[in-house]
Amino acid sequence: MKSWNRSTFTLWLLTIFTALPGCDSPDRPLTLTLTGSSTIAPLASEIGKRFERQHPEVRIDVQTGGSSRGIADAQNGLADIGMVSRGLRPEENNLYGFTLARDGIAVITHKDNPVQQLTDQQIIAIYTGQVTNWKEVGGQDAPITVVNKAEGRSTLALFLQHFSLKSQDIAADVIIGDNEQGIKTVAGNPDAIGYVSIGTAEFDAQQSIPIKLLPLGSVPATIENVRKGSFPLSRPLNLVTGTPPEGWVKEFISFAQSAQVHDLIKEQYFVPLEK
Amino acid sequence: MSLWRNDKLLAWCLRGCASIAGLIILLIIVFLALEAIPALQQVGASKFFFDRGWHPSPLASEGHFNLAPMLVGTLMATGGAILLATPLGIGAALFCHYYAPPFLARLYRRLIELLAGIPSVIYGLWGLVVLVPLIRQLEPPGPSLLAGILILALMILPTIALLADAALAGLPREYTQGAAALGFSRFSLIWHVALPAAKSGLLTGILLGTMRALGETMAVLMVCGNVVQVPGNIFDPIRTLTANIALEMAYAMGDHRSALFVSGLLLMALVMALIATVEILKPKSSP
Repeated sequence: MKSWNRSTFTLWLLTIFTALPGCDSPDRPLTLTLTGSSTIAPLASEIGKRFERQHPEVRIDVQTGGSSRGIADAQNGLADIGMVSRGLRPEENNLYGFTLARDGIAVITHKDNPVQQLTDQQIIAIYTGQVTNWKEVGGQDAPITVVNKAEGRSTLALFLQHFSLKSQDIAADVIIGDNEQGIKTVAGNPDAIGYVSIGTAEFDAQQSIPIKLLPLGSVPATIENVRKGSFPLSRPLNLVTGTPPEGWVKEFISFAQSAQVHDLIKEQYFVPLEK
Repeated sequence: MSLWRNDKLLAWCLRGCASIAGLIILLIIVFLALEAIPALQQVGASKFFFDRGWHPSPLASEGHFNLAPMLVGTLMATGGAILLATPLGIGAALFCHYYAPPFLARLYRRLIELLAGIPSVIYGLWGLVVLVPLIRQLEPPGPSLLAGILILALMILPTIALLADAALAGLPREYTQGAAALGFSRFSLIWHVALPAAKSGLLTGILLGTMRALGETMAVLMVCGNVVQVPGNIFDPIRTLTANIALEMAYAMGDHRSALFVSGLLLMALVMALIATVEILKPKSSP
């Protein structure tokens, strides 16, 4: 019995060592590391899996940490590719950016809320605390619960930028982290208003979670309008590199931009770009 | 001779383990301090208490770094939870020991152990979908200091109950027998003999409960609303120091990141102050 145990152990050890990545070809490190936006990460990891199947000699390692980390890691060379879910700023022009897809931000309310539309001015008034009751914007007599995103998130940055607001101006009742937390908060509160990634919102609304996507500037908040570029509150999803992409990095980026991954992009409720 | 040698070996092994454990704590404090120093130097320590608000992100143009509302929020949520959970927890232990029939006491203990084992994120989710809407019907918006206190009280209740239970179980039999011989009523026995004798153990339970409440992150993050403010009443949303770190660390850069380590350092200082206080309050004589 004892010898059997020992041989099983050796077998396990062998299996583990041969399964370790990189051991089969020690001459070249073949792991591509992507870090950054948590919005892009699930998509990148799906694209990575498909890429690995076509090129078994390459491994794709995806880590989140936010767009700012994507920028920093690409600049410092800590990652091969950074993921950034916003447009690049002028001071970031030392990076090379490649747009994968687009994403929109939808303003959401509870499904039972009778308010069908809000103007940009009304949204600004609500978020700055000038309007605190739904009856002031055509709804029922109920106090508005303003749901805002936490500091540092690119969704917050995009929202602030679109409405020319400052983080200090916002009078929030609830501050949330990720999109799902925002949707759960609004779904549980008929008087809440929030904003989340349009892909997540449209998916959850179809799953009969009681939320409603409000049109913005009278453009309905749909994936279709983001694709057409007519939805005002949308953003590009970018892959960035610190140096001009070469070799496998270049291969991966052009693969991620090709029509071969459009189905994956749609599955994540993002909007693929037509070349 | 060989026994003596083994003894010495064991003693050195244990000394080694103890110093490693001590060293880890020291290293954590040093690490926290090193990460926090850039912000303390750039921003200045006083700004962390007297600034206009908490807007540390470089995206928000100028930075504001006031941690005081979060310190207040943490203390209020923890204090409220302790006030609620201590009588309930000690009451549960007393019920188990002095009033419940044995089979019920056993069932009750297993139930409380189960309560201790539920992951905090489950409490958080339950709070978000059940408790918060209930509180909203009372007074909008719902996510609030009250929700945090209730969830935290529920989470630390088993800690306090189990430690109180252990403390009561550890009392010498002569105490209860002596009290019974003197014709004490059950209430007098509990009030005048059991509770004073188990004081040290009860205090340890409360201390551990307080630590858990202070350090709890996920559930509090989900039910408290996370607005940085000193709450005006129990229905106002608050943000705790732990929730602040969890909410923003993944997205923080530069001074913002460093400022989050300052909030970690503050939390550490709070815990150390608490332990020191309890150490002073504790009855000196060994039980």
